[in-house]
Amino acid sequence: MALVETRGLTAHYGDFQALFGVDLALEEGECVAIIGANGAGKSSLLRSLSGVLRQKPDMIMFEGQPIGALEADDIVALGISMVPEGRRLFPSLSVEENLRIGAYRRRGTGAWDLDAVYAMFPMLKERRTAPGNALSGGQQQMVAIGRALMSNPRVLLCDELSLGLAPVIIRDIYAALPRIREAGSSVIIVEQDIGQALKVADRVYCMMEGKVTLEGTPAELTREAIHKAYFGVAA
Amino acid sequence: MIWMDTIVQGVLLGGLYALFAAGLSLVFGIMRLVNLAHGDLIVLAAYLLLVIVSMLGLHPFVAALVAMPVMFGVGYGLQKFVLNRVLGPDILPPLLVTFGLSVVIQNVLQEGFSADSRRIPAGSLETASLPLGPVTVGLMPLLTLVSAIGVILALQWLFYRTSLGRAFRATSDDPVTASLMGIKPQRVFAQATGIAMVVVTIAALYLGTRSNFDPTIGPARLIYAFEAVIIGGLGSLWGTLAGGIIIGVAQTLGAAVNPEWQILAGHLAFLLVLLVRPRGLFPRATD
Repeated sequence: MALVETRGLTAHYGDFQALFGVDLALEEGECVAIIGANGAGKSSLLRSLSGVLRQKPDMIMFEGQPIGALEADDIVALGISMVPEGRRLFPSLSVEENLRIGAYRRRGTGAWDLDAVYAMFPMLKERRTAPGNALSGGQQQMVAIGRALMSNPRVLLCDELSLGLAPVIIRDIYAALPRIREAGSSVIIVEQDIGQALKVADRVYCMMEGKVTLEGTPAELTREAIHKAYFGVAA
Repeated sequence: MIWMDTIVQGVLLGGLYALFAAGLSLVFGIMRLVNLAHGDLIVLAAYLLLVIVSMLGLHPFVAALVAMPVMFGVGYGLQKFVLNRVLGPDILPPLLVTFGLSVVIQNVLQEGFSADSRRIPAGSLETASLPLGPVTVGLMPLLTLVSAIGVILALQWLFYRTSLGRAFRATSDDPVTASLMGIKPQRVFAQATGIAMVVVTIAALYLGTRSNFDPTIGPARLIYAFEAVIIGGLGSLWGTLAGGIIIGVAQTLGAAVNPEWQILAGHLAFLLVLLVRPRGLFPRATD
């Protein structure tokens, strides 16, 4: 049984349909990447998984239980937490408070607490009293990741980690991923940077116009196949 | 010396206005909700205290301890069942609903208690005074100011030192991302309004023991509360205390010149601050 599974997932914003029957599975311990161009439906998929967009109950299963209709805060309590696109730190809270609020609905004891997050991103400890939005983009991304980890998630959803960051910073951020997986979280990343996604993922889904157009391990996927699934035309 | 006495009395009066305003400031700061029924809720709490005092024979300060959890429940329920349903990007629906609520509360109170003015008896406390250096101050006014400072210290502590306070601030910043942290914004709003009603109960204690009240005086208290909040800067608790004191001092100074000028002087001080500092004295950085 997959840890997380979507079955024929659809999503609507008013009259606009963003997802058309998406089937996706995440096994325990796995890292799955979802790639696709702007507007392919990647973020709608993550927003559905995190409960921001509510769906029919059995469109999303977690450990065999239907969770599609749950609200975002109950999804966190189950052990699925999200690093939202654009970081979305709370400007009224300091760095440390931003991290602490991630533990608002913490699941029991686990690998992640303030010390563990500071050990992974030491520069956050130096800036722990600064307001969340006073940090550089890369540091904000570290806070957003740490904040999501503070609930000790079984599944970590990462939306566009590399967006707007310099390559050297992206490398530092992705360097944290193995540590996060070792600590017991399975990971779904949404990424426009195909190279980065292929490097870290066990399996890749490519989306276009609200549908999954390609699925496989990075080794299986040829450049041509990805190009076709990404843009809809052969390279 | 008369001037000094006037200013001291004004500062003490400011404590009462700050108490009127603190609950309003709290609710606005967290959910950007302007509660037009705030003044009427203070009057409602005053009647609740009156009922407890006359039925159970309790001292008003003890009665306030009984009324606080009741008013917390009233606030929680009001937010959960009414106000949460109208909160959204449009600020008009909550304004209309709280305006309607104000009318409803006034009429229910008139129905139940008639339009006669009442007062909560506080025994010897009403007239007790103590000398403070060159001036003599009433014990009740002094207790009012001390309570106002206590309330603001307590709210500051709640906001900046507790997990609930972090949830308040995070939800105020961004309710959607707050829900991704496991926070239920609607529940946080209900808790905030519940706490605001506890503060309202303290305000009602001093409103009801220091002067007469009747079911229709709520809107006038709302105006003072508004002015204190806006002078202080929307959402700033210490600013709200400063705003209350500015109005209080302006009123007593105005009254010292000519008794007819008391209320006018308070409003003029408010307009003056708005002219010089349109965002108030201590505006929040992120609004």
